[in-house]
Amino acid sequence: MELSTIHGLRDLLANREISAEELTNQALEKIEKIDDKIKAFVTVTKDEAIQVAREIDQKRRKGESLGPLSGIPMALKDNMCTEGIKTTCSSKILYNFIPPYSAKVYEKLLGAGSILLGKTNMDEFAMGSSTENSGFFPTRNPWDLNCVPGGSSGGSAAAVASGEAVFALGSDTGGSIRQPASFCGVVGLKPTYGAVSRYGLIAYASSLDQIGPFTRDVTDCALVMNAIAGHDSFDSTSAAVDYPDYTSFLSNDIKGMRIGIPQEYFGEGIEPEVEAKIREAINKLEELGAVVEECSLPHTQYALPAYYIIAPAECSSNLARYDGVRYGLRAEDADDIISMFSRTRNQGFGIEVKRRIMLGTYALSSGYYDAYYLKALKVRNLVKQDFDLAFEKFDCLLTPTAPSVAFEFGSKADTLAMYKQDVCTIPINLAGIPALSLPYGLVNNKPVGLQLVGKAFGEGTLLRVAYTLEQNSEQTRLEPSLEGVK
Amino acid sequence: MGQYEAVIGLEVHVELKTKSKIFCGCPTEFGGEPNTHVCPICLGLPGVLPVLNKKVLEYAIKAGLAINCSIAEFSKFDRKNYFYPDLTKAFQTSQFDLPIAEHGHLDINVNGEIRRIGITRLHMEEDAGKLTHQGETISSSLSSLADYNRAGVPLVEIVSEPDLRSAEEAKAYLEMLKAIIEYIDVSDVKMEQGSLRCDANISIRPVGSKELGTRTEVKNLNSFRSVQRAIEYEIQRQIDQVEEGERIIQETRTWDENKGVTLSLRSKEEAHDYRYFPEPDLTPLVISRDWVEELKNGLPELPEAKKLRLIADHGLPEYDAGVITSSRTLADFYDKTVSLHADYKGISNWIMVELLKLLNAENMEISESKISPEGLAKMLKMIENNTISGKIAKQVFEEMFNTGKDPEAIVKEKGLVQISDEGQINAIVEQVIANNPKSVEDFKAGKEKSIGFLVGQIMKETKGQANPGVVNKLLKDKLNEL
Ligand SMILES: [Zn+2]
Repeated sequence: MELSTIHGLRDLLANREISAEELTNQALEKIEKIDDKIKAFVTVTKDEAIQVAREIDQKRRKGESLGPLSGIPMALKDNMCTEGIKTTCSSKILYNFIPPYSAKVYEKLLGAGSILLGKTNMDEFAMGSSTENSGFFPTRNPWDLNCVPGGSSGGSAAAVASGEAVFALGSDTGGSIRQPASFCGVVGLKPTYGAVSRYGLIAYASSLDQIGPFTRDVTDCALVMNAIAGHDSFDSTSAAVDYPDYTSFLSNDIKGMRIGIPQEYFGEGIEPEVEAKIREAINKLEELGAVVEECSLPHTQYALPAYYIIAPAECSSNLARYDGVRYGLRAEDADDIISMFSRTRNQGFGIEVKRRIMLGTYALSSGYYDAYYLKALKVRNLVKQDFDLAFEKFDCLLTPTAPSVAFEFGSKADTLAMYKQDVCTIPINLAGIPALSLPYGLVNNKPVGLQLVGKAFGEGTLLRVAYTLEQNSEQTRLEPSLEGVK
Repeated sequence: MGQYEAVIGLEVHVELKTKSKIFCGCPTEFGGEPNTHVCPICLGLPGVLPVLNKKVLEYAIKAGLAINCSIAEFSKFDRKNYFYPDLTKAFQTSQFDLPIAEHGHLDINVNGEIRRIGITRLHMEEDAGKLTHQGETISSSLSSLADYNRAGVPLVEIVSEPDLRSAEEAKAYLEMLKAIIEYIDVSDVKMEQGSLRCDANISIRPVGSKELGTRTEVKNLNSFRSVQRAIEYEIQRQIDQVEEGERIIQETRTWDENKGVTLSLRSKEEAHDYRYFPEPDLTPLVISRDWVEELKNGLPELPEAKKLRLIADHGLPEYDAGVITSSRTLADFYDKTVSLHADYKGISNWIMVELLKLLNAENMEISESKISPEGLAKMLKMIENNTISGKIAKQVFEEMFNTGKDPEAIVKEKGLVQISDEGQINAIVEQVIANNPKSVEDFKAGKEKSIGFLVGQIMKETKGQANPGVVNKLLKDKLNEL
């Protein structure tokens, strides 16, 4: 089956050229065929998926009204709660956790008629940039099985890139949607903080986490956003604003649009071939009528260290509840309550999760709070101010999504080298603003991603720029050969 | 105590009586089978988020205003992190550096002296679940059972300044605080049920010293009596310690009610580092001044104001006014009765003497007794129009207290109507005079006192139902005729 999009399949489904059940079966067959190589899924919900597909087909036959994503098979990162379906965060500590409730985004997608194929692999508790930190197994990049798919939402990115799922949701705390989207050659959007409900998303760093879509093109991205964005009274940080029809921004026109190129995101640390591709894209945008200008975000260099205080601090508290008392793993060999806590957590968490819990616990400790946590919050404000100032002048900003293309397994064993993967994406989470990663060409036959950054609730602008580029450049439409898995 | 002075501050937890919990829709209702008043949110399941119950904020602001605090314009929640199985999230959502209310005070009256006790702060937080250990403690038990019905029940913690100087003052402060909270109707404030809890910070210093001594925190104070006893004990323990040349160790101690002693629980070195930080899942609170003003205007008359009014306008003695206003239910009972029958002194007396006597004897709250303001008012009218005597009224009152019956019905049923008919009384007067010649002689000889004996005999004959005024008049007339 050729890789397909939501908008393409929607017409086929509407014209009854294919049924939801057939489409779902095709996807499940593909998963069965290639996922032992890709390893994108932690759980495949085959029976449930076919059941839901049949119900949708029946509704269609009866002429009942159908949601906008009806019959479209999709995947969810395994940190979004799905009632009755195992939700593990790719962690041993939640290896057996079956939530009794569903995340708001899952409810919304079900309401829109889409079909859950399964739950995708990730870096444990969304901590990592390669999916190598999964507590179960690593996921492979469909473009090159020796390379990582990026992370932490590597499973979702790989599932969409390989054609296992039509679209998928991921979560992005410091780049966890955009960097894997870049590595796998798909479109990934991190929406504005508060635009998509976090209710039911298992928290890593609450003030930074945001759910967003992986899709094969920009139109699909807008379609999924229409289904998942909106105010939710169950999430106090959800924004009560008017949410637009995101497809209304899909116009092939960026004449006069002002695009800033922050110089701090180029040069040192960015692979020259990647930078060259991004420069190509910039030229293309100018060609298409955009007004492009260099700019500066002077506090960029402090974003990474500030992130590695704030995110671990929040994580140390968010992950404290996994103590073996109520659900998930409980160590068998404990003598008393304290040893039950510590053995459970020692056995259940992987090394990166432990590292961040320790970092965060230290940063919040009495006597260190002001020097670390409070200072990091101040830096966060400065980073935000940089963007506020830039957006007085520009409609959006353009940077590379990641400093490199997908790397080989084990090649970023040095923790700091791995952390630097997110140098271009982290400042955006600190500022709470939206950013979209769009594929733009290949380097060594591996996709490059460009990042478009917008002001809060300015997703529309990003979609418009991305859509225009997509309509005018072949480089944005990439498809892996899947040689190694056939 | 002599050369030492105690310095005491109280930390009081008050459970707010909202219908639902602080961050979810579960009921706060007391009791229920274990883990039946729970949902994914109060169970702290992975992925859930809190949403603040606005009633909790409203009640907290009301409580803050009632204890003379200023209400924050900007406030927020913080996480207090520690591991314990009664916490579902391994942190308690509380308030750290920006509490909802600060800088308040209460005036208390101890031995006729008014003392102003500062209140540092009032903040909102959630309650934890309840553990039942299969053994003595969590570490000595093979297993413990956890019930999370209480998890997420809203609390306010009210922290006083270290302004209290004795166990008596601490008790008076706590009583005043309880009365105020009860008046504004945001909590049941029942210590026995845990809706009012108190910890005491206690230190001693030489009289005249301005420095604070090392303090201990005493927990597990489950009644007003234990608050007073524990503080008295702890003050003496610290004095003894210092007298013996020992240092006071900063520690948490627990009150053992049976043994009447405080015992060391953990030292400062073992104290938790709670690693407070702002709760990222809740947005900061911006409190509108208009709302605060509205809540302030909606507060009922508070005990102190009410007491002053009862003294000034109703002419009640200060002590009586103090007792009546010390509890909202008692004050409401007084108000209601007064609105039906404007005999302030009379009503106050009946409450102070008969009602409190019966309540104390039964160890009851007024709400648990069957007596109604309507009943008392009616009974007082019956005394006034001579239907019953004051003596008989006591009998009627007790019957109303136990059964809640209408006083007229009681009087009728038991045949307690006062006898005022002169003919009927005259016959008895004549009979008593005839039967007691010695007393009559005494009276004639100028012993006025003997008339009392004769009245007593007449009342005895009429089972106390004769109208005493009529009896006196007729008896004197008869004696003078002799
Ligand atoms: Zn609940």
